[in-house]
Amino acid sequence: MPDPQTGFRRVPARIGTRRLLLAATIAIGTCRVGAAEPGNPSDWTMPAHDYASTRYTDLAEINASNVKNLTVQFTFSTGVARGQEGAPLVVGNTMYIVAPYPNDLFALDLTKPGAPLKWSYKPNPKAAAQGVACCDVVNRGAFYYDGAIYYATLDGHVIAVDAQNGRELWNTTLGNINKGETITMAPEVVKGKVLIGNSGGEYGVRGWLTALDAKSGAIQWKAFSTGPDSDVLIGPEFKPFYASDKGGDLGVHTWPPGAWTIGGGTVWGWISYDPDLNLVYYGTGNPGPWNPEQRPGDNKWTGGIFARDPDTGRARWFYQTVPHDLYDYDSINELILLDLELKGQQRKVVVRPERNGYIYIIDRATGEVLSADAYGTVNSTLGVDLNTGKLKYNDEKKPRQGEVVRNICPTAPGAKDWNPSAYSPRTGLLYVPHTNLCMDWQSYATNYIAGTPYVGADVKMYAGPGGNRGVFTAWDLKKRAKAWEVKEDLPVWSGALATGGDLVFYGTLEGWFKAVNARSGALEWQFKTGSGIIGQPVSYRGPDGRQYVAILSGVGGWAGAIVAGGLDKRDPTAAKGMVNATTDLPDKTTKGGMLYVFALSAH
Amino acid sequence: MCSRYLRISLVGPLWIVTLLALGGCQREKRQFQSSPVTESGPMQVRTTDLQAGQTTPLQPDARRALYENNAYNLSEGKRLYQWFNCVGCHAHGGGDSGPPLIDSAWRYGGEIEQIYATIQQGRPNGMPAFGGKIPEQQIWQIAGYVRSISGNLSRSASPGRNDEMQTSPPEQLMEKQPPVTSSPAATEGTQK
Repeated sequence: MPDPQTGFRRVPARIGTRRLLLAATIAIGTCRVGAAEPGNPSDWTMPAHDYASTRYTDLAEINASNVKNLTVQFTFSTGVARGQEGAPLVVGNTMYIVAPYPNDLFALDLTKPGAPLKWSYKPNPKAAAQGVACCDVVNRGAFYYDGAIYYATLDGHVIAVDAQNGRELWNTTLGNINKGETITMAPEVVKGKVLIGNSGGEYGVRGWLTALDAKSGAIQWKAFSTGPDSDVLIGPEFKPFYASDKGGDLGVHTWPPGAWTIGGGTVWGWISYDPDLNLVYYGTGNPGPWNPEQRPGDNKWTGGIFARDPDTGRARWFYQTVPHDLYDYDSINELILLDLELKGQQRKVVVRPERNGYIYIIDRATGEVLSADAYGTVNSTLGVDLNTGKLKYNDEKKPRQGEVVRNICPTAPGAKDWNPSAYSPRTGLLYVPHTNLCMDWQSYATNYIAGTPYVGADVKMYAGPGGNRGVFTAWDLKKRAKAWEVKEDLPVWSGALATGGDLVFYGTLEGWFKAVNARSGALEWQFKTGSGIIGQPVSYRGPDGRQYVAILSGVGGWAGAIVAGGLDKRDPTAAKGMVNATTDLPDKTTKGGMLYVFALSAH
Repeated sequence: MCSRYLRISLVGPLWIVTLLALGGCQREKRQFQSSPVTESGPMQVRTTDLQAGQTTPLQPDARRALYENNAYNLSEGKRLYQWFNCVGCHAHGGGDSGPPLIDSAWRYGGEIEQIYATIQQGRPNGMPAFGGKIPEQQIWQIAGYVRSISGNLSRSASPGRNDEMQTSPPEQLMEKQPPVTSSPAATEGTQK
């Protein structure tokens, strides 16, 4: 149904009647989920809120007129003072939180005062996995499906835990740390299959997305991001829109001999699902090594977006946002599925705020790029050719071995990294948390040694034009232009949340948790948490009927590495150049790992 | 920084005399085969200052001076530090997924024998074991260079500038920071 104000229609966010019936059956039959209904829209059962990845809740109790009364209701320590990138989940009366390594899972009882611990689950991952985690030992959250919590550990295990009692249902090993493989992403469960990919694009890992049976944990299919078509699950049904993606075994031929076996394309970001088209969408990470001169060619299928049939894993289309990536512009960011009226025509699109600095609107049935507009400072490329789909690189800014190329914007983490945007159907705006950084880059030849980094570049980052290192942008998808922006001093590394009360929530690296007006960007409320925020805010209706907003506070990730890892600012290339852009962060925040949950204070 | 180079060039002759007098012999010494000295390193090295019973100090390895004060070995160590991807985790001393090496804090000890052992054996919170991958002599060279990042070297033997993009300060200009073993961090694995 089109929204009366914007003419946009969200993709059916939840699974339909069949799922509800199933849930009801389970509830009655086994009491596993109690009163909780997986289809309840006032819950928060997956990091992106819904399969369309809107991160929007209809809940409207908290709004601009009363948000000043928002106060802390309860807190909970994750016990780990590292980067907290996860999204809390709420299913009925229970909240679930995954900590960074060592990846303990906690269930909190929301019916009792102070939300006490109901149970915890300890997976005991290998300590050595910390050594092959490029950008802090983070975890981006869990996924609730059909009575179980699904999540992955840093050392590459995927685990199903009974949501009711915390008992392990199955535990499947997918990653191998001796090859540099870890897992940091939150899984996505679609039609009884747990979809999960690997991390390790800075270690010469070969990327993949794997589907596991939600009931047993058995591998159903595995789609690599490089190599022969048989490994990438490319067959006759693969119909990419652009000529550059057509041909046999491009995952082999667009590389120097053998380089695809250590070529990256890891899958560590976000997955969306369209039940009508029966397609899942996800992106592939940077090719390895960063030094582009060691891998001439388009390096398929790294740096692009795949659409696949979730039943078989077969690829339907692919679009390469960064062919032969020059700057570590992984293509793994969130993919928001919207039905959008464009030039009088209703289009099923996927919206991607990309690391390379452009917001792409792509036809999600065919893979055709409808538009690509810069939302931040971009000089590394000169736009996207909509006829060929090609990203136009700027020759002046191309890395050359043995030379320092200066003032490249955006930086290696992109105009925006993994931290997801939110979309409000009430305003038609996409809320994009991002950075404003530029960098100097010097490539050098690097060696592949399994289990060690495979990068080959020294980088120094610094503030982009204007001097503010972070931005929170509201982007009008119809006008293809910025509606408003909030400039932040430090890089913005948290996710965004949009609510039916026309508020948008996000956090800052120094620890402010903010609510801004969804229409104007005006700051309506803020609260200083104990550490910097790089987590994903969520909102839900509690068992008492009130609306709550939750966020994990705890600085880290790539942006907060100087604090989480205790790095030394005398070396500007520390944390792959991020330290140079955040030398003041240790003076503004310290390490932490705390959940904060807010609601309107009772009068 | 320019003024410092200038100063060095102005007092050049005096500098050379001092060099010859103090460390000249060590600085230029070349050794084409690793020493036949029995491998002391890893087996005798401890990673903690706390010892049950009577405390016995760390026995310095006979090769210590050779790798700490020799220009060739330090320069090779610097090249190999990049060659074997140490730089990927520790950057140019400021740290990344691994801890910084530019400061005085050492999880597993900052003496050259301890650094040798850490590289050779690996450590539980993510430091890979390079024994069997890097020849012994080259591990000694890397260990010597790693100490020099925090200024723990003979100034006469260190390079005065970096070969590539200016990153951390040249070893020669680095203030000397004597190693401090930071034991709690060694077990916690979350601090430097």
